[in-house]
Amino acid sequence: MAQPSHQVPERIPVTLVVNGTKRDLDLAPWTTLLDALRDHLNMTGTKKGCDHGQCGACTVLVNGRRVNSCLTLAVIKDGAEITTIEGLAKDDALHPLQQAFIDHDAFQCGYCTPGQICSAAGLLAEGRAKNADEIRELMSGNLCRCGAYPNIVAAIQQAMGRP
Amino acid sequence: MNNFQYSRATDVADAIRLLNSDPDAKLIAGGTNLIDLMKENVERPSRLIDISRLPLGKIEETAQGGLRIGALVPNSDLAYHPQVEQRYPLLASAILAGASAQLRNMASVAGNLMQRTRCAYFYDTATPCNKRSPGSGCSAVGGHNRNHAILGASPSCIATYPSDMCVALAALGALVHIAGPTGERRIALEDFHRLPGDTPHIDTNLGASEMIIAIELPPGGFSRNYSYLKVRDRLSYAFALISVAAALNLEGNAISEARLALGGVAHKPWRSLEAEQSLRGRAATADHFAHAADLLLQGASAASHNRFKIELARRAIVRTMMQAASAAPQSQAHKKIA
Amino acid sequence: MNAYVGTPTSRVDGRAKVTGSAKYAGEFTAAGLLQGFVVEATIPRGRIARLDTGEALKVKGVIDVFTHANRPQLADRDEAWKDEVAPEGSPFRPLYDETIKFNGQPIALVVAQDWETAKFAATLVRVDYEQQPFVTDLEAELGSAAELDKPHEPRGDAASALAKAAVRHEADYVIPTEHHNPMELYATTAVWEGDGRLTVYDKTQGVQNVHKFLCGVFDKNPDDIRVVSPYVGGAFGSGLRPQYQVVLATLAALALKRSVRVVLTRQQMYGLGYRPMTIEHVALGAAADGALDAVSHEAIAVSSRYEDFARNDAGWAEQLYRSSNSRSSHKLVHLDVSTPCDMRAPGAASGVCALECAMDELAVALKLDPVELRLKCYSDRDQSEDLPYSSKQLRECYARGADAFGWSKRNPEPRSMRDGKELVGWGMATGVWEALQMPVAARIVLTSNGHAEVSCAASDIGTGTYTIVAQVAADALGLPIENISVRLADSTLPQAPVEGGSWMAASSAHAVLAAAEDIRRELAALAKSMPGSPLGGVDATDVTLVDGTIAHNGEHSHSVSIADAMRHGGLERIEKEKLNRFDEDKSHARNTHSAVFAEVKVDEELGVVRVTRVVSAVAAGRILNTKTGRSQIMGSVVWGIGMALHEETVMDHRFGRIMNANIAEYHIPVNADVYDIDVIFVDERDDLINRLGVKGIGEIGIVGVPAAIANAVYHATGKRIRRFPITLDKLLD
Repeated sequence: MAQPSHQVPERIPVTLVVNGTKRDLDLAPWTTLLDALRDHLNMTGTKKGCDHGQCGACTVLVNGRRVNSCLTLAVIKDGAEITTIEGLAKDDALHPLQQAFIDHDAFQCGYCTPGQICSAAGLLAEGRAKNADEIRELMSGNLCRCGAYPNIVAAIQQAMGRP
Repeated sequence: MNNFQYSRATDVADAIRLLNSDPDAKLIAGGTNLIDLMKENVERPSRLIDISRLPLGKIEETAQGGLRIGALVPNSDLAYHPQVEQRYPLLASAILAGASAQLRNMASVAGNLMQRTRCAYFYDTATPCNKRSPGSGCSAVGGHNRNHAILGASPSCIATYPSDMCVALAALGALVHIAGPTGERRIALEDFHRLPGDTPHIDTNLGASEMIIAIELPPGGFSRNYSYLKVRDRLSYAFALISVAAALNLEGNAISEARLALGGVAHKPWRSLEAEQSLRGRAATADHFAHAADLLLQGASAASHNRFKIELARRAIVRTMMQAASAAPQSQAHKKIA
Repeated sequence: MNAYVGTPTSRVDGRAKVTGSAKYAGEFTAAGLLQGFVVEATIPRGRIARLDTGEALKVKGVIDVFTHANRPQLADRDEAWKDEVAPEGSPFRPLYDETIKFNGQPIALVVAQDWETAKFAATLVRVDYEQQPFVTDLEAELGSAAELDKPHEPRGDAASALAKAAVRHEADYVIPTEHHNPMELYATTAVWEGDGRLTVYDKTQGVQNVHKFLCGVFDKNPDDIRVVSPYVGGAFGSGLRPQYQVVLATLAALALKRSVRVVLTRQQMYGLGYRPMTIEHVALGAAADGALDAVSHEAIAVSSRYEDFARNDAGWAEQLYRSSNSRSSHKLVHLDVSTPCDMRAPGAASGVCALECAMDELAVALKLDPVELRLKCYSDRDQSEDLPYSSKQLRECYARGADAFGWSKRNPEPRSMRDGKELVGWGMATGVWEALQMPVAARIVLTSNGHAEVSCAASDIGTGTYTIVAQVAADALGLPIENISVRLADSTLPQAPVEGGSWMAASSAHAVLAAAEDIRRELAALAKSMPGSPLGGVDATDVTLVDGTIAHNGEHSHSVSIADAMRHGGLERIEKEKLNRFDEDKSHARNTHSAVFAEVKVDEELGVVRVTRVVSAVAAGRILNTKTGRSQIMGSVVWGIGMALHEETVMDHRFGRIMNANIAEYHIPVNADVYDIDVIFVDERDDLINRLGVKGIGEIGIVGVPAAIANAVYHATGKRIRRFPITLDKLLD
């Protein structure tokens, strides 16, 4: 085990392509993708709910796949395409999932919502969920303490075009 | 997190060289377990060697008709790979029973083998734990141990190994391909994880400067008669209290080959040759499965809060074997237990 | 006109929440913002013998480390530390001195240029403790349980009535400690505004409560501190009292004259408040026909050594059911833990769970249908106070709920219903909560372009306050809801108490109504004074604001546009602020009620429980927004599922430490745990409670749900689990 030391790591250049925009950063290797977004890019749409991969609030798409941004280091994702909640709406038009979440009241406090929506976007892209049971299972990595689950399932079904 | 150096390995040899030159270095790929533990100050590597860009992400057929799975294949890609879905559905099912869609997208196959226990005392640096801090004592013995080991534990550690995927890999007889400073070697997945004994801080038989480069599945995938059943405290996104991987080859109603592995019960996926052989040539009946369960659970012993797991395991084994025998594998999405 | 009130209106803050633009407390920033990380105690009781911050201070990027030894001045009187909902006792003061009162207590704050550095440096702070003997196990300390204050006056003689009862049921029900676990981490961003002034963005359910508290603790003038909390990522009671991170962020910002953010970790949030573990002893006695004759409920709960936190666990049976004899008591055991706090339906969630399980057991003993038993004991009067209710449609809840659920098809015999390898169980329970109202003021600024801004210091913690305020204002002002903007949760806005107890909907709605009333009166006067006004001879009380006009009540075509009236008066804006008024009438009891029906399917061999169906029929006066209201009840049902099957904070009493201080091992329901939830709002007209007939629904939805599920599990399996949560090991035998 390394001895306690007050030395801090050197910063390393890291480039992330966030919602289509290239962002150059200097980050210590211990900075997670989540902290890079929230603290270093001031993009706070992506939420920190546990910082340990237990809640899904930090879900973003990395190269099109949904992941927990709290459990990956930004430096490891150097060069990757990151899509966050801020990147889903096109100009003023909401993403169909965003509209469906409003239509079905699929949130209350709103804190898990960006993660739920990004996770649902990943789910739609995966194409593995065909019915409510499969949506429930494949959305179980996103906790909602307000308990909006049935509305979240309904919203996702709407966005899938399966009312 | 502690202060650590970051290096990106250029190839496997480079990764091994970096490992060899720094005994406190660790490999990182998906990071789902290591970053978690680093945030808790349980893991304090001096250096992270990023292997995520190494070309170990292929799934290929082997000359023997099996499958070679690169160490860096994400869990979800493995579960949804057509060859795995068709030929090794037990493995696909076990993977999909674990973690969440997001974590499965991140976690690598090799990382899954290397994941550490969920024992609360291991995670809590304010309490003694022989696995985290050798010689400090085991707090789980006499502490909160509802989900601790019932098999293969020692007085110094009663932690369990939490993987679902590896329970299926154990049942399927997978091999682990390892590269090290002196070349490559293979060991059976069953021999990869260790029992705690008096060295619970050493989880696996991987050498200090070695790395996993692939998992190999033998040709036999038990694709007709299999089931993976995970019993847990909520219906998804929870670690197993008990999980069972069951696989059978049947000739009529007679068992020609049986595989049976338990998760959530020991420091490693738990198999017993005796239990599996007891079924050979027998009819696929609940009685025979119960007998096999007794053999597999031989020597099971409970700590203060986990006695229920012995009976739960017995019942879950019979149930899962019956699912396998009737070709009605447990769905991971539809929660009614078949 | 009710274009919006009572309709399923979508949340007005929906777009902000689905696009990620809604800012929560830890997301505000400022030039040169510093980040704090908390170091917490790892023992439950003792004192800090030595605290060495030397190594941490050497870390590049660390600005300072605050401890009890170097902290700035903090108030030394308990009164300053008592917030508006503080219980009796001496509130906890972070970094005040070397005393350790509970595990997880903050003992240092590391402030650095970035969060990662602060977190790293926090690991270098070295602490030596002088440990003292401690106790954290309620069940081992029952002997020290003491009545908090004078017990509630008993009715009749419950003991002898119990002894004589034809049928008796008596048991202990154990509710474990539970943690709120809102998804948002507790956070404060204290922005230095110069000259000792701060804007404090805080995760709280009451900005004015925090404001007053900070002014007291730091001896500041009210104008020096502004507390803002526009969005709150869930709280469920955990944000009623100011939490310690707001003290630490404020302390550091004032000391450093810099902006400072402090965000707690999920683990550290287990050092905040919680639903206290309780042991609920319920005894019921009935005549052979099911008429209750004796009710006795005694609760024993955890509190800290420094405060007496207690809620009404045991008094619900006395109020709810007809019984000549009843008694209740609430006792506390003081342990070396932090003080519990309110958590969704505090008292009732636990106490009514025990009561309604006991009622189910009594029904079994009487061989009566559980609904039938409730109807036998039904009371149209509050039994404790002997008062009529302002309204009570509980009977209708039973009927509508039972009908929607299909209760009449229930075979009363346990283990009699199955679906393949699963045993099917149907259970029910009653829910009850209070309908409270508090003083709240609202300000409306109407501009001549037909837009209005409504503002109030109340919070919206996900409950939908923004939306109902907009609905009520839109209707009262006769404007489309798009023309209403709502500002909430800023301590400089008109007065509001903490958002809790289900009182905010009724209270804030009537503040808006009152302010709108003043606007209407002024507009009516303007309209009347216009030359040739069609409202010339009309009394101010006879006009309504509708479709952007001031119109005669009887004949809407007799109208003047609001814009014209304001132009006539030379007014660009009309601003009115008003405190709500509500009847102090003590002659009626005011409660919300529910009937909850649950279906469970239990794997017979493995004990895995699935809650496949819940019907919750709620009588809570008028529902302001049937869309967000339904969601609120649905979410409460999910809480009830968690309480029944999953939630338990586990402590190792050898260390006095919580061993599942995370949300992987502290289980809350996930999506896969939740199937069909049917919410029915029973019509309940209430002309007595307030003008709109609104009662509030934040708590009622959880009450009764855990009992309905536990009763369903009994019906499925024949096993009565009285120690929650009902995990599968308890069903295996």
